[in-house]
Amino acid sequence: MVGREVIGAHYGWRGWLMQRVTAVVMLVYTLLLLATILKLPALDYEHWKALWERPLMRYATVLFVLSLLLHAWVGVRNIFMDYIQSTGLRLVLYVLVILALVAYGVWAVQILWGA
Amino acid sequence: MAIAKRQFDAIVVGAGGSGMRAALELAEANLRVAVLSKVFPTRSHTVAAQGGVSASLGNDEPDNWHWHMYDTVKGSDYLGDQDAIEFMCRKAVEVVVELEHYGMPFDRLDNGKIYQRPFGGHTSNYGERPVKRACAAADRTGHAMLHTLYQRNVRAHTQFFVEWMALDLIRNSEGDVLGVVALEMETGEVMILQAKATLLATGGAGRIYAASTNAFINTGDGLGMAARAGIPLEDMEFWQFHPTGVAGAGVLITEGVRGEGGFLLNKNGERFMERYAPTVKDLASRDVVSRAMATEIKEGRGAGKDGDYILLKLDHLGAEVIDKRLPGIREIAKKFANVDPVTDPIPVVPTCHYQMGGIPTNYQGQVVVPDGRGGETTVRGLYAAGECSCVSVHGANRLGTNSLLDLLVFGKASGETIIADLEANSGSQQDLPKDAGDATLARLARLDSATSGETIARVGADLRRTMQLHCGVFRFPDGLAEGVRMMKDIALRSQRTFIKDKSRVFNTARVEALELDNLVETALSTMISADARKESRGAHDRSDHHERDDVNWLKHTLWFKEGNRLDYKPVKLKPLSVESFEPKARVY
Amino acid sequence: MRFSIYRYNPDVDAKPRMQDYDIPLEPTDRMLLDALVRIKEHDDTFSFRRSCREGVCGSDAMNVNGKNRLACITKITEIKEPIVIRPLPGLPIIRDLIVDMSQFFKQYHSIEPYVKNETPPPERERLQSPEDRDELNGLYECILCACCSTACPSFWWNPDKFVGPAGLLWAYRFIADTRDLATNDRLDNLEDPYRLFRCHSIMNCADVCPKGLNPTAAINKIRDLMVKRAL
Repeated sequence: MVGREVIGAHYGWRGWLMQRVTAVVMLVYTLLLLATILKLPALDYEHWKALWERPLMRYATVLFVLSLLLHAWVGVRNIFMDYIQSTGLRLVLYVLVILALVAYGVWAVQILWGA
Repeated sequence: MAIAKRQFDAIVVGAGGSGMRAALELAEANLRVAVLSKVFPTRSHTVAAQGGVSASLGNDEPDNWHWHMYDTVKGSDYLGDQDAIEFMCRKAVEVVVELEHYGMPFDRLDNGKIYQRPFGGHTSNYGERPVKRACAAADRTGHAMLHTLYQRNVRAHTQFFVEWMALDLIRNSEGDVLGVVALEMETGEVMILQAKATLLATGGAGRIYAASTNAFINTGDGLGMAARAGIPLEDMEFWQFHPTGVAGAGVLITEGVRGEGGFLLNKNGERFMERYAPTVKDLASRDVVSRAMATEIKEGRGAGKDGDYILLKLDHLGAEVIDKRLPGIREIAKKFANVDPVTDPIPVVPTCHYQMGGIPTNYQGQVVVPDGRGGETTVRGLYAAGECSCVSVHGANRLGTNSLLDLLVFGKASGETIIADLEANSGSQQDLPKDAGDATLARLARLDSATSGETIARVGADLRRTMQLHCGVFRFPDGLAEGVRMMKDIALRSQRTFIKDKSRVFNTARVEALELDNLVETALSTMISADARKESRGAHDRSDHHERDDVNWLKHTLWFKEGNRLDYKPVKLKPLSVESFEPKARVY
Repeated sequence: MRFSIYRYNPDVDAKPRMQDYDIPLEPTDRMLLDALVRIKEHDDTFSFRRSCREGVCGSDAMNVNGKNRLACITKITEIKEPIVIRPLPGLPIIRDLIVDMSQFFKQYHSIEPYVKNETPPPERERLQSPEDRDELNGLYECILCACCSTACPSFWWNPDKFVGPAGLLWAYRFIADTRDLATNDRLDNLEDPYRLFRCHSIMNCADVCPKGLNPTAAINKIRDLMVKRAL
């Protein structure tokens, strides 16, 4: 029997680019956060709480978390593609990872706006 | 034992340049074609060709096929058949342009055309001065060509039988060739591949010499098959010694080095080629240069502590030219000679390189044999192209870059002839003779049952040493006579060899044993033909007959395996459309 | 000279083994291939592929002391004793050092390795400037020895789906050729999370290439083209 092959899924570059873009976002955020914390007059509860009440801080952090989740998704998906040969198992793992990442995202938002 | 059998319209034995060029014609004509190769196609020895492929494109300076034809006839020392030479030189532009259209990555001139460089023996205006005729892809022309041809065959869906070794031709009682018996190396299975047309494109047999630029696979399998099937071998005494093989290693250094401006020096730093070939110097034809080098060494002017090599100087070209035009040479020199040619000369010696003789064919690629009435006749169903064939366009000495041209022109021509012949007699397959394959199975059975004897390596080494000592650049009557005796003895010894490995799967010991049979036929035919030719012509130089003898020896040798019989046939001095080039003294 | 060589003949052996050889070499034996030929003179059951013995045919790729190399251009003096030789990793073994390269060639064929240009050919050569021709340098020299692809973990895990460094190098050789008019189709063919994007740029391929080529660089160029085309 002749094995027919279907090739060219027409995706892949988005994930690859996303991983690079999100990495840049995370790097910039991390540097800015460090600078902000260092610039605080004192590192005590009052200042810390005030910092996280600033909307800019919260939205920037949401952006960071979003980047982190996307970055993780592409990275973990890559690992599964490399090592998990069974398509069914891989699909199940994809779903689990997506659920976990979404949960982490929701949890992060709750933390930021919860207190 | 019954052998499995498969049928095809055409079989091509060998997937080097000529085999793949022919296969391309056949596959694009939608014939059922099987291409057999001992190695994956891109590993065939065409891959090692370096300097270029000749065609009078005239891209950089005026040139035309008449000049190319003259150079080739003169280069052949007038032994080449002028009809075939005209055919080849006229077709050159077409086949090279075709190859470019297939995607061959030729180097380019500033105007975008194919880059051309000078090469030995190629001149403008009938010998006036060197001409740029060699179309090159850096110093990897053969590699680029072989890959391009393979790729084009992939496009044409050619069916390859990779790592299959053809062992013997099948001929019926009328002498028609009906296919081959072949061995699938991976499984050890023997099969009959039947076809209406069989093309031998098995390349050369440079491995009969101890010092050779040739690959391990160049064992003359097509020559052995033909000889065993009763087909004569033509002009086997003519072997080209390439002037510049790396001393000790044998690896080829292209003539393109001299084409780009490099030259040879003896131990005194003298550019000695000025004495031997005042007009074109280092770009004289290969037999002339090799003989000059061997003379320098013989007369004590060789370089090195044993005075046994010549120096090839190219540092004056500068690192930029070397890296652009000769990058592979720099790599080889560093690896195999421990010198960087950007600063130091490369030690070189004349090294066995190319077989001008082979299976006699006409310029359409059909194999021709004497008809017993003074003329010749074609062998129905059998064709040959490339180095294993003798068309004869190279005569007694081949010009550099004419081999790649030969592959293209006669690969294509033989493909076209097969298509025409199959159309003309579109009958079904002929019946195989009852004993088809028996002789092959007997050879294999002997190897399988032998429990003692000499090793293949030992007999092979003796064969190569004998050829090297008795049939080299300079040949002596006593040496040749002794060589004939020794080769006959080695032929007998090769029937009593033994291999320890009796297994089926990828048994390379068995493959080497079968190759030895082919080496023996090649070496024996060479030694006997050389011993008989009492003159010096092209690559054949005898100490007792220093001059060319056109009265007695302007003729092709034919060696028959049966009884080691020799026959001769006239050189075709009449071209297809132009005046003959009459033999005259050959000076460069 | 001491060697430890992977041996397996399915006809004879139940399972693979390492065999030690201690072989005296001749002064003319300079490359590893010379030594292997010498070993075969002593033991004709030892099988390996070889042909040109000058590094252009790509037959004798093998794993030497843990690194993929061509035996014919590996100087014996450059490698440490005992010399441990195994077949190329990641491909099915037929016998001894001979591996089944079908998967490797299948991937090479899958990129449609020939210049695609359906415009009627001119009477003479298609023109190409020397600069455009230079784009092919570092690409067309590939000898299909498979040193790179069999040094690539991504190819080990997904040899059926990942084209591998050799195939991708060739893909870019045709993309880079000004005479080839199928760049778009070629990018479509490769735009796939497996076919191209299994490359994680670890550069094992460039590290082992006996011809000094850099498949990772070619892969990066293909990816750049894909991104540019999309944005």
